Amino acid sequence: MTPTYTRKDFTSDQDVRWCPGCGDYSILAQIQRVLPDIGKPRHEIAFVSGIGCSSRLPYYMNTYGFHTIHGRAPAIATGLKSVNPNLSVWVVTGDGDGLSIGGNHLLHVMRRNVDLNIILFNNQIYGLTKGQYSPTSEFGKQTKSSPVGNIDHPIRPIGVALAAEASFVARTMDRDTKHLQQTLLAAAAHKGTSFVEVYQNCNIFNDGAFFPLTEKATKADNTVVLEHGKPLIFGKEREKGIRLNGLTPEVVKLSEVDESELLVHDAERADPVLAMLLDRMTHPQFPVPLGVFRRVERPCYEQLMQGQVDRERKRKTPDLAQVFRRGNTWEVTKRS
Amino acid sequence: MTTASSTTTKSGDKRELDRVTIRFAGDSGDGMQLVGSHFTTTSAVIGNDVQTLPDFPAEIRAPAGSLPGVSAFQISFAAEDIFTPGDRPDVLVAMNPAALKANLSELPRGATIIVNDDEFNKANLKKAAYEENPLDTDALDGFTVHRVPITSMTTRALEDSDLTAQQKARCKNFFALGLMYWLFDRPLDSTLDMINEKFATRATLREANVAVLKAGHAYGETTEMFHETFHVPPAELEPGLYRNITGNAATALGFLAASQQAGTPLFYGSYPITPASDVLHELARFKNFGVKTFQAEDEISAVCATVGAAWGGALALTGTSGPGLALKGEAVGMAVMVELPMVIINVQRGGPSTGLPTKTEQADLLQAIYGRNGESPLCIVAPCTPSDCFTMAIEAFRIAVKHMTPVIYLSDGYLGNGAEPWKIPDVASLPAIKVAYATQPGEGEEFLPYKRDEWLARPWAIPGTEGLEHRIGTLEKQDLTGNVSYDPANHQHMTDLRAAKIERIADDIPPLEAFGGDSGELAVVGWGGTYGALRSAVTRAQRRGAKVSHIHLRHLNPMPKNTGELLSRFDKVLVAELNCGQLRALLRAKFLIDCAGLNKVAGQPFRVSEVEAKIDELCAGEKN
Ligand code: SF4
Repeated sequence: MTPTYTRKDFTSDQDVRWCPGCGDYSILAQIQRVLPDIGKPRHEIAFVSGIGCSSRLPYYMNTYGFHTIHGRAPAIATGLKSVNPNLSVWVVTGDGDGLSIGGNHLLHVMRRNVDLNIILFNNQIYGLTKGQYSPTSEFGKQTKSSPVGNIDHPIRPIGVALAAEASFVARTMDRDTKHLQQTLLAAAAHKGTSFVEVYQNCNIFNDGAFFPLTEKATKADNTVVLEHGKPLIFGKEREKGIRLNGLTPEVVKLSEVDESELLVHDAERADPVLAMLLDRMTHPQFPVPLGVFRRVERPCYEQLMQGQVDRERKRKTPDLAQVFRRGNTWEVTKRS
Repeated sequence: MTTASSTTTKSGDKRELDRVTIRFAGDSGDGMQLVGSHFTTTSAVIGNDVQTLPDFPAEIRAPAGSLPGVSAFQISFAAEDIFTPGDRPDVLVAMNPAALKANLSELPRGATIIVNDDEFNKANLKKAAYEENPLDTDALDGFTVHRVPITSMTTRALEDSDLTAQQKARCKNFFALGLMYWLFDRPLDSTLDMINEKFATRATLREANVAVLKAGHAYGETTEMFHETFHVPPAELEPGLYRNITGNAATALGFLAASQQAGTPLFYGSYPITPASDVLHELARFKNFGVKTFQAEDEISAVCATVGAAWGGALALTGTSGPGLALKGEAVGMAVMVELPMVIINVQRGGPSTGLPTKTEQADLLQAIYGRNGESPLCIVAPCTPSDCFTMAIEAFRIAVKHMTPVIYLSDGYLGNGAEPWKIPDVASLPAIKVAYATQPGEGEEFLPYKRDEWLARPWAIPGTEGLEHRIGTLEKQDLTGNVSYDPANHQHMTDLRAAKIERIADDIPPLEAFGGDSGELAVVGWGGTYGALRSAVTRAQRRGAKVSHIHLRHLNPMPKNTGELLSRFDKVLVAELNCGQLRALLRAKFLIDCAGLNKVAGQPFRVSEVEAKIDELCAGEKN
């Protein structure tokens, strides 16, 4: 039986040291709020992080935690989950940690479908190193390391996850605490790698990067919440929708187009084509999709690994002495 | 044919020898490694001591017949205990002109050369850059050359077979093997057994290989080409059950045994790399023992997953070769910082950078000791023979889990691919490895993840244990609690503690012993895979009366406590290693003892004669 917890049970005795006003506070709080509901005793939960502002999170969680090295948290979490499949393992990473220095590991952990919950805090900037452009910074952005503009083309975390065959892919935002909680719970419930991109405001080095999406006045017109089996409708009055014209999405008014013509979200489609298409919908031409892009069932890596061990055990009794004697052996006797 | 140690008691047309070294050389597609291993097994089974050294090209399939495509396998077999695969071959079997050319400079004058005469045609001579057929000129004067039409004899032996012409040609290595069995008086049984087993369900191939092997044997018997055959009687080995084993296989078995002795499943994270991949292949076969192998996306992932597995309470092992160790550096530093037990195998190869992937070298010692940022001491062990790979694998984990530290295990390509008879240990006699995870603290007690025991080791507290929830991390941590700390005095204290923890391992390892006197004119000091060459050279010098001893380090960090004191009892110290003087630099720095060096970075092991010459030079005028 899992004990009944409250948020406080998941709060460590360490002072939180993010900048006041940082979006990380909200993400930490929502994680601590949902953990009582995932059905795991506290000692069976582990947080693994890399390096960066977001990666300090494990220190603030009263669970098992490991603040590792830059970009490698997915690999460390893979090893942990492989030898202890019973744990609920969470990976906390950022746009620099996960997509730049650790890009390779992020790809491979998702294709293997290790049962981890990966939370990628995307603030489109390097915060801890004090304000250089990141792999998700917009083209042309002026930062400390790009005083006359960033010439790197940005990559899209959701697109990366889909290309890597991730079985659960979602996006949410630090300011939408309810949606953030729902998304985290859905990620925790999914068996396999859950990849969650969280738009996170870095109020020191990239303040307001997501304001059009997060602020009350503009949010309804600039975001669309994805719900499996439901048409894509958005706007303050829910007066707009998304229709597919061939392979191209378009914004239509419900006053002109019947709801039945709208694109209906299917998160469980076997292929990631629809999810990819949705990920290409960007501000300001489109409302930015939030919610679960993709959720499909696929065997988990650690189960497959354990399955091989169990099957081989049944097939061949482990006998060290016999293994030693494999191949040709010969006896040397004492010569008289 | 002569060998340095031959006793030439003539018994009919059979001559008795103490030791013979043969090299099979051919194209990498000619199956030289296969016949080499057959010859090895047969020799071992009839009681010879054997040592082998494969030498294969880095390219998987270099153009057939070309010099870069030559693959060779050297085996030394003897009526006495031997430590090396022989300096120079007494017999070379050359399956084509390139094989002859690539190996000729290694042969001593008077050596026997058996060539596949059929392959010395214009096209092949050209590929080997021979202007003229060396068999027709005086190029091979001073050698005993036998021209055997191996290809055509093979085809003839298979006249009635249903195999394709190409398949028939591929059997020619067994003709050469059969001929060598006749020449060196070896039975065909164990090879026949192996053929029958391998081709149990493929009768055509089975019959073809058997026919060709026997044809090669009969060829020796019926032609008048060879005037005598040779016999190498069994060696005086310690009684027991033996098998032949390569260092890499022994490494894998050692780690498997460590896991069994610890009662803890083994996790092996690795990325394919020559010459360490065989360890991955071997361990992947032992899933029934609970072994989990993880073929990672890169070297960094391999080591990081291993750190994760160590945190999770597994016997955590990663393996690589030189360039891979460079990539793993940061993550190994992490293991030092968070003080988790794990073992890192480095099967060293020629460097720097990609270097010589299939050749041996010992140039990663300083990388192992210092190759991480900051003060990050860890433990280093090095096996010294293929069999010792087994023993030191168990030792590596014994230290790792007892002292809560990463341990680097320095093997090398020579040990990894070389083979020797291994006296199969009794499972009951293997050393125990004690694994004790932390358990819930008592009432009112606080769990302190960095509280230390008498060895300065911290508790191994694994996720999933109730009441021990805690955080570890790569930032400097406060003593005892493990919380992040930027306090200057604490950093000094923790740095000192991490160093003292490693130093204390010296109290937990056996003292260094000298082979020969505990003092004398010269100590020949080595480590790792040079053991055989050094032991042979020192033995010979001792027989000639030199006051020389052999000292071989298997624990390199920390070194045994008596190291400095033992070395100081010799007038001179010679450090012989396959690098530019890395152990020598350490010994000088640590003990202020002057050391001479014998250093070689040619991708090849030491020859006994090279070491002997250096011993003679240093003992000149002092020996009788
Ligand atoms: S630098 Fe930015 S991301 Fe980092 S803690 Fe401060 S506000 Fe948050």
